[in-house]
Amino acid sequence: MLYNEPSPLEVKVLTRRFGLPNSQSLDTYLASDGYKAFRKAVEMGPEKVLEELKVSNLRGRGGAGFPTGMKWGFVPRNSPKPKYVVVNADEGEPGTCKDRLLMENDPHQLLEGMLIAGFVVDAHVGYIYVRGEYRYVIEILDRAIAEAYERGYLGKNILGTGFDFDVYTHTGAGSYECGEESALLESLEGKRGVPRIRPPFPAVAGLYQCPTVLNNVESFSAVPAIIRDGGAAFAALGTPKNGGTRLFCISGHVNKPGVYELPMGFNLLRMINEVAGGVRGGKKLKAVIPGGSSCPVLKAEECDISMDFDSLAKAKSMLGSGGVIVMDEDTCMVKAALRIMRFYQHESCGWCIPCREGTLWLRKLLARVHEGGGTQSDVPLIGELAKNMLGRTFCPLGDAAAMPTIAFVEKFREEFEAHLNGAPCPFESKPVSA
Amino acid sequence: MTFSPELEAKFEKLLKSYPPGRQRSAVVPMLLYAQDELGSVTGELVEEVARRTGITPLEVNEVVSYYSMLSRQPRGKYHIQICTNISCLLTGGEELWEHACRKLGIGNKEVTPDGQFSLEEVECIGACSWAPALQVNYEFHHHMTPEKLDRLIDNLRKAV
Ligand SMILES: Cc1cc2nc3c(=O)[nH]c(=O)nc-3n(C[C@H](O)[C@H](O)[C@H](O)COP(=O)(O)O)c2cc1C
Ligand code: FES
Repeated sequence: MLYNEPSPLEVKVLTRRFGLPNSQSLDTYLASDGYKAFRKAVEMGPEKVLEELKVSNLRGRGGAGFPTGMKWGFVPRNSPKPKYVVVNADEGEPGTCKDRLLMENDPHQLLEGMLIAGFVVDAHVGYIYVRGEYRYVIEILDRAIAEAYERGYLGKNILGTGFDFDVYTHTGAGSYECGEESALLESLEGKRGVPRIRPPFPAVAGLYQCPTVLNNVESFSAVPAIIRDGGAAFAALGTPKNGGTRLFCISGHVNKPGVYELPMGFNLLRMINEVAGGVRGGKKLKAVIPGGSSCPVLKAEECDISMDFDSLAKAKSMLGSGGVIVMDEDTCMVKAALRIMRFYQHESCGWCIPCREGTLWLRKLLARVHEGGGTQSDVPLIGELAKNMLGRTFCPLGDAAAMPTIAFVEKFREEFEAHLNGAPCPFESKPVSA
Repeated sequence: MTFSPELEAKFEKLLKSYPPGRQRSAVVPMLLYAQDELGSVTGELVEEVARRTGITPLEVNEVVSYYSMLSRQPRGKYHIQICTNISCLLTGGEELWEHACRKLGIGNKEVTPDGQFSLEEVECIGACSWAPALQVNYEFHHHMTPEKLDRLIDNLRKAV
């Protein structure tokens, strides 16, 4: 299903089958080039496929933007251990709702991406780890998997190539931390989702301590198009070092929120004004979180920016998971920072102290400031506490909590100060525009 | 412990989904699917899942306490989960949450006296671009308003 109207500015590569009748079915997939990329990959051989992926400049869509081709290349193909393909479909970063669409509208595209990954690294089993709330998506995937087995696109000797591959879905049960790759692997092994120390990385010691390719749904879903049309064609859609398109999830105070597939490097202001119909109610833009709630906020005047990994890093933010959260002039930045911290505190797995305690104290401080109980020293204290967490936690959840907080305090200090010494929240009386 | 034939079939499939000796991997899915049938994670279920996956009940309990969707308390027949995270907050999720509490007369993680409804304030459920959003059991509802929520609850009441 599609939940918003498409935009004429979209460039549909991964979403090209969205909206076709029965887009989930194998027949629809086959009628639009389905499984051609896998056949081609087998003809090319693993080395050439890897090369094509590197040329494509595909970078991980889960958040960190690591080059996918390079990651697959780290897997020791000749290891005597079994190897695994794992899809991260935990989709937990607030502001992000694209993997759900990719799986429910085009499950075979994901399966084909997994198949190619398995062929490249010589893995014969793949798991799709889907967040527990997406039960209907698991059902869609299971039906697609069953259909693929029936028609010889999964199982033994796939399409007569001699290559065997099995795929299973695996449900999560409510945990943001299980989206972090090493915690995900622990969870997939039937344990609490507590992160592992790295190195070794999953490519070398992943699921059951065996070499594992682990990527986001969107990363795998991009692979068939790259192999079919060539890495250079994919790369050319984006900007240097940022190949292809990406599914941007625009939410918040815009007229037409939705998920839109746009070229990497699309201008953020254009995205808000031309794709998403502008800020709603004719209000002024105040701020944008460009890539999911862990990414440092951009002020309105910083939004004339190319949406690619490198430009956002240069602006001291991140492209993250593609969740573009738009906030108008009546949004209280203290409240936004507090709500985001409440989330990270709730989701901190409790394993390491800087994250467990840091998120708790930040939440308490932010709540105190928002309620008007803060004093002058609280504002710098919030910033210092958050900076002290950076780089000192076991997994990046601590950074994900600290980075946006630092940006909120630094960029909107006067708003924090306007809340101090018993002052009521200056935005509280402003109703949320519906 | 006996389960429905559908759940037994599911368990059988799950236990075969992981390599030999790795049946512990099935713990979380088994608990969640069983909870859907039983209404909660009972002590008996913990023992049974431990037995079937070859780990100790303590190890299963450790898992149960980690995952937010697993619950030892029975929930309402209709478990209403309202997201108040950032994208929903910006579009009225908080008002929706407060409205639901008033309408049902219960708070977070509480159940109505007739056992029909329970409420939970949840973190992002992956519907941010169609916010504010909620789930009734596993079903998504997008672009919610207090009025739409009233209609939804009234219709579920009639269906009871
Ligand atoms: C706390 C935390 C949560 C994460 N959640 C997700 C997630 O839900 N989905 C995802 O694909 N990656 C998530 N990641 C990133 C993964 O650790 C990993 O980098 C990613 O799945 C790799 O795939 P990619 O290279 O295709 O992006 C998360 C990372 C952290 C630190
Ligand atoms: S923030 Fe509510 S669904 Fe994502």
